Amino acid sequence: MLNANSPLASGPSYSFATPPNQTSTNIKQHSFNPYTDNGGSTLGITGDDFAILAGDTRSTSGYNINTRYAPKVFKIGEDDGTGESAHIVLSVVGFAADGNALKERLNAIVKMYRYQHGKPMSVKACAQRLSTILYGKRFFPYYVHAILGGLDEEGKGALYSYDPVGSYEREQCRAAGAAASLIMPFLDNQVNFKNQYIPGSGEGHALEARKATPLPRAEVEQLVRDAFTSAVERHIEVGDGLQMLVVTKNGIEEIYDPLKKD
Amino acid sequence: MPGFDFSHHNRNAALHAQGVPLPKATSTGTTIVGCIFDGGVVIAADTRATSGPIVADKNCEKLHYIAPQIWCAGAGTAADTEFTTAIISSNLELHSLSTGRKPRVVTCMTMLKQHLFRYQGHIGAYLVVAGVDPTGVGLYTVHAHGSTDKLPYVTMGSGSLAAMSVFETQWKPKMTKDEAVKLASDAIQAGIFNDLGSGSNVDVCVITPEKTTLLRNYIKPNQREQKQRSYLFKRGTTAVLKEKVITREEISKYVTVQELPSDDDVVVVEKMDIDA
Repeated sequence: MLNANSPLASGPSYSFATPPNQTSTNIKQHSFNPYTDNGGSTLGITGDDFAILAGDTRSTSGYNINTRYAPKVFKIGEDDGTGESAHIVLSVVGFAADGNALKERLNAIVKMYRYQHGKPMSVKACAQRLSTILYGKRFFPYYVHAILGGLDEEGKGALYSYDPVGSYEREQCRAAGAAASLIMPFLDNQVNFKNQYIPGSGEGHALEARKATPLPRAEVEQLVRDAFTSAVERHIEVGDGLQMLVVTKNGIEEIYDPLKKD
Repeated sequence: MPGFDFSHHNRNAALHAQGVPLPKATSTGTTIVGCIFDGGVVIAADTRATSGPIVADKNCEKLHYIAPQIWCAGAGTAADTEFTTAIISSNLELHSLSTGRKPRVVTCMTMLKQHLFRYQGHIGAYLVVAGVDPTGVGLYTVHAHGSTDKLPYVTMGSGSLAAMSVFETQWKPKMTKDEAVKLASDAIQAGIFNDLGSGSNVDVCVITPEKTTLLRNYIKPNQREQKQRSYLFKRGTTAVLKEKVITREEISKYVTVQELPSDDDVVVVEKMDIDA
C-alpha cells in the first residue's frame, strides 16, 4: 500500500480500475525532420599553381549504404559537356540533397555570369557569391560544409571553405565532413608542418619551427590518398571510392581510386 | 483464466499519453551467425568493434570460449558479452565437475537467459550459443532481455538482416562441414560489406563431436594497402622543453630493476598489430 503522502499516490493514477485517459490534455507534438546526414568526407589542398579537391563516393544513412558511387566533388560552370570550359570546383558534404541543390544553383549562376559578361567568373567572385547564397538561407540552411577550389587572378591555387550559413575563409588546406576531425590534424602536421621543428636549430624555446612551403602536386596527391585510406580504416561512413579533381592552368583533371568497401 | 494478460495495457497507455517513449531497440554494431550441419555446428563473426561512427578495434575477437565443445558469438556491449560468457563458462565448469558429466548446450543457454533476465536487459549481451554435447548438436540465440530461440540457422547484430538474406537463399538441410563453413563465412561477408557496423575479417569456429576448431581470421578480405609516403620524422623534430634523468639507483627504490643481456635484445612482452 502506498503512503498517501508519497508522490506516486498524489500523482496520476495508473490503476487497472480507471479507464485509459484517452482525452489527454497533452497535445501530441508532431515533428518533421527535413535533414539527414549522408556521411562521407571531403578535403582540399592548394599548391603554387594547382588546387586539389577530393571526396569519398560513399553515401550512407545510419548503418546502411545508399550507394557506393555518389560524387561529392563537382566541376562548376561547365557548359559544353566536356568539362573543358569549367575552371572552378566545388565539394559538398553533409546532407546530400542540399549539396546537390547548392551545386545546381551555383552552377547556373556561374554559367549565367559568363553569358552576361562575356568572361569567366573569377574564383574570388564565385567564392563571395557562394557565401551570399548560403547566407540567403540563414534560417533554413543548406546543411553542408562546402569547399570551393580553383586558380586565382595570379594563377595560384585558391581554396575557400564555408560553414553551412556562409562564413568563409581562404585557406591552404581544409578537411570537412564525418572524418574531418581525423584528417585535419594530419593536414596541419604534413601540409603546414605544425608541431615540427628543425633538428638542432636551437635549445628549448629557441628551437626553430619548420616553415610551411607550397608542396608539389605529386606529393599532395600522395597525402590526399593516405589521408583517405587512413580515414577509411577508422571511420565507418568513409569508403568505397576516392574522387579527386585537380585544377591547373590546363583545365580540370579527374582521378578515381577505389577504397575499401567494408 | 487462460489467455493473454492485458493488465499492463492501461498503465502503458497512460504512460504513453504522458509522453513516455516506446522502448528503443539497441543497435549492435556486429554481424554474428550460426548454422548446423550434418554432424556438427559452425558459428562465425566479423572483427570490427565500434564506438559511435569510429572503429575502436579493427581485429577484435567476438567468438568466446564457454567449454571445450561449447562456444559463443557475442554482439552488443563488448564488456557485457565478455563478462557474461566468462561467468557462465566458470559456473558451467563447476557444474560439470560437481555432476561428473559433460556440460550441455541447453544448460549453458538456460544459465545465460536466467542471468540476463535478472538484469532486465541492462546487460547488453546478444549471443549465439553453439555446441555439441552428449544429447547432440545445439544452436541457440539469447537476447539481452532473456528470450531465446532454437533454430537450424541464426544471425544477430546490426548485420543480421544482411547475413540472414544469405541463409534464407542458400541454406539447406544436411550440409557437409565445408558447405556450412562456406555458408556461414558468406553470411558474415554480407554483413561486413553491407552493414557499416560490421567490417574487417571473418572468424569461424567449427564444433563436431570429435573436436573443436577455431579458425581465427579465416578470411581477410580487407587488408590495408601500402601507404604512399613514409611518415618517419627526423630525430630532433619534436621540441624538448625539459629533460630529467632518473638513475637506476633512484628508480630501484620503487620497482625491481632487472639487467638485460644487451641493449639490442628488446624483450617483447606482447606483439601488437600496427600499420607500416
